Amino acid sequence: MARKTIRNIPQQRAVMPVQPPDIRAHNFEEVALGFDQDAAILESERCLVCPKPACVDACPVKIDIPGFITSILSHNYREAYDIMTDATLLPAVCGRVCPQEDQCEGVCPVGVKFEPVAIGRLERWLGDRAISENWHTDSYIGSGPFKIGIVGSGPAGMACAADLAKAGCDVTVFEALHEPGGVLRYGIPEFRLPNEVVDAEIGNLAKLGIKIICNTLVGRLFTIEQMIEEMGFHAVFIGSGAGTPKFMDIPGENLNGVLSANELLTRCNLMHAGQFPDYDTPLQIGRRVAVIGSGNTAMDAMRVALRLGAKEVHCIYRRTDAECPARLEELHHAQEEGVDFHWLSAPVEILGNDDSRVRALRCIRMELGEPDSSGRRRPIPVPDSEFEFQADTVVYAIGTSPNPILGQTSGLKLDARGYIETDDDLATSLAGVYAGGDIVTGAATVILAMGAGRKAAQSIRDYLAIRDTNSVYSAAQEGLEGTVFGIDQAERNFSPVRLH
Amino acid sequence: MVLNDWGLAMSGQGESLGSASQPDCATLNMPSGEFISSGFPIISRTDFSDTTFLLEIHHPVMARAARPGQFVIVIAHEHGERIPLTLADFDRDRGTVTLVVQAVGKSTKEMQANLQAGGEVFGLVGPMGVPSNQGDVKKVICVGGGLGVAPIFPQARAFKEAGAYVIGIVGFRNIDLIFWEDKFRAVCDELIICTDDGSAGIKGLVTLGIEQAARDHSDIDELVAIGPPIMMRACAETTRPLGIKTTVSLNPIMVDGTGMCGGCRVKIGDRIKFACVDGPDFDGHEVDFDDLMNRLRRYKAEEKVAQETWDKNCRQLQLDPEPAPDTPPESGPTS
Repeated sequence: MARKTIRNIPQQRAVMPVQPPDIRAHNFEEVALGFDQDAAILESERCLVCPKPACVDACPVKIDIPGFITSILSHNYREAYDIMTDATLLPAVCGRVCPQEDQCEGVCPVGVKFEPVAIGRLERWLGDRAISENWHTDSYIGSGPFKIGIVGSGPAGMACAADLAKAGCDVTVFEALHEPGGVLRYGIPEFRLPNEVVDAEIGNLAKLGIKIICNTLVGRLFTIEQMIEEMGFHAVFIGSGAGTPKFMDIPGENLNGVLSANELLTRCNLMHAGQFPDYDTPLQIGRRVAVIGSGNTAMDAMRVALRLGAKEVHCIYRRTDAECPARLEELHHAQEEGVDFHWLSAPVEILGNDDSRVRALRCIRMELGEPDSSGRRRPIPVPDSEFEFQADTVVYAIGTSPNPILGQTSGLKLDARGYIETDDDLATSLAGVYAGGDIVTGAATVILAMGAGRKAAQSIRDYLAIRDTNSVYSAAQEGLEGTVFGIDQAERNFSPVRLH
Repeated sequence: MVLNDWGLAMSGQGESLGSASQPDCATLNMPSGEFISSGFPIISRTDFSDTTFLLEIHHPVMARAARPGQFVIVIAHEHGERIPLTLADFDRDRGTVTLVVQAVGKSTKEMQANLQAGGEVFGLVGPMGVPSNQGDVKKVICVGGGLGVAPIFPQARAFKEAGAYVIGIVGFRNIDLIFWEDKFRAVCDELIICTDDGSAGIKGLVTLGIEQAARDHSDIDELVAIGPPIMMRACAETTRPLGIKTTVSLNPIMVDGTGMCGGCRVKIGDRIKFACVDGPDFDGHEVDFDDLMNRLRRYKAEEKVAQETWDKNCRQLQLDPEPAPDTPPESGPTS
């Protein structure tokens, strides 16, 4: 076959069916229905298989994207899945929730002329295929002497756990909630990420030999120091997430009917409030819902509110759609489903009725001034522009601050804002203890947390002097980074055993 | 396999240190030594009255970690809600934690009906919250009323162990509901029992007991109160003019209990705090109890629905010959 160029590839993306907005706004089924095999092959044809693929560098977990796409094209789907799982054990998750337009797809050269290769959709298709075929990855090498404790079973912890289990460590993951998955479980709603997908991909982690222990609040049940000093863990990774919701400190915030997006999403996703009273946890959604903020969490909260039966859902945001931090796709989905957006508005007070329930918001109009430290134009209140906005539920989705529990219970050094301080290798102030994800960087994305988990896993391998297992399967790295303790890359490939 | 103190297998250099492998660990099917991911065995159950019962649950690691003032979250079954309960006791030798539950709402009534010794609770996580601080208190009043009687016990014991003179005040509706009197007498230098009908001890509210103790002792350093919000407010108002430092343990509605949802936010002075990670103990003179009680009411309608659905299902299960009646649902206070 002649070499593929921008001139001889299919110009149009393969079609992915989507549920119509008027129907999906009232159910929790997935919005995007995914490729079928023909569509996946058609889309794979669009990849130019660049010799120096920019997409791999742009991927936080460094998936060999041209590699797996080539395998799809040659119909070796299992091989494609193995290439994928060298980097991530959560492809069906990442294919759904990654902001690919800012990462792999954002740098795809096909995107210069046409729409970029739909890498995320291909990843999702492959992940779903693996789930339906019950494929999973086995530990790469026999078990070694090292025990690793992981705090938190979200994306960061799971990515770290997977890499260390592949390197032969005995990995135990501790989760505070009663089901594993962290934000994948409590935060991201079913219509974006079905629970069965989370269950299946976490099940694959368990098949790697990773032990997941729920109902365990690290810090309070035992401390980080105890894990190292008493419990026999040789290294610990903390991926506990940020997760403490922010409020605005304006009057009326404690009225009934005011809640954080985290509470709304947790009640709905983890506790199944939508199925009350079959499940015990209730959630009052009200008729007219106002969500403050317009990030991805706000979009999730608004779309969940619609599906739980709210008649009207409104977004209140102090900047404009140009500064809206949500993924464009999420914003479009929310608009299609009927969410009303009120740009350049901010609440100054929440008003209640005699029964201490929310009645309305008092808002003020804003205008945009000079760019602030985030590079976005700073919103400035317009004098005498206050107005009342009816609402019977108010949801705060204006970000999170770090969870205080590990700071309260350990000697970990925190930064001024309360996040865990780490060096470039994600090592904390305690020897053998590493941290990554939202608890280090503040709220970010699933995939960045996974990237941090993988990076910490590499640091832990170095710390424990586990001879590297990565280079056997992943694209060769170059330069000094490729050597560990002066051992040349080629020499590090000691007796790899791969069981499947 | 050698287990260390935590029931985790030791490897390499650690083996010589491995000891204290709990014999009961081997019989319980736990994924990693003492750690249970779900399904916590109920060792014993004691019923104190029609509504109040005690569960002793096997959880050696939690028994070791628990401190007075902390709470746990219980999930009775897979569809259950996450219920915060202040620890009533913990026994490091037996490896158990003790909860005392008042069956007042759907979930707690369901627990009363279904949880028996030999069974298990689906989820149990904790200990949560900041432990209470006994400090260098010389003389302390520990007040418990309603569902707060049991959880005040570990606080009283901790003060006693720290060398303080402990005055216990416990309130019940009547003499038949009294429990743990001997346990309290063992850790209290004085114990004042108050009953609503005067069938035992002082007739009246626990505040009468506080006033009596304050008359007898002029050198009280601190008062700790656990119970319904209305009782804790009354305690705080009793001590405010006397200038006695007052600590209360707040019980707002929670979901996760780990600082993640903010459902438990309470007003302390003019600041908003999360009871789960900043508390549950707060300065009683600073707490906005009206706010707390308002927020406790916010799912009242749903509680009623849950209760009605459950009552109906129970009746159907019992094959009650009477047709589904229009009897009003049992409306109990939720706190």
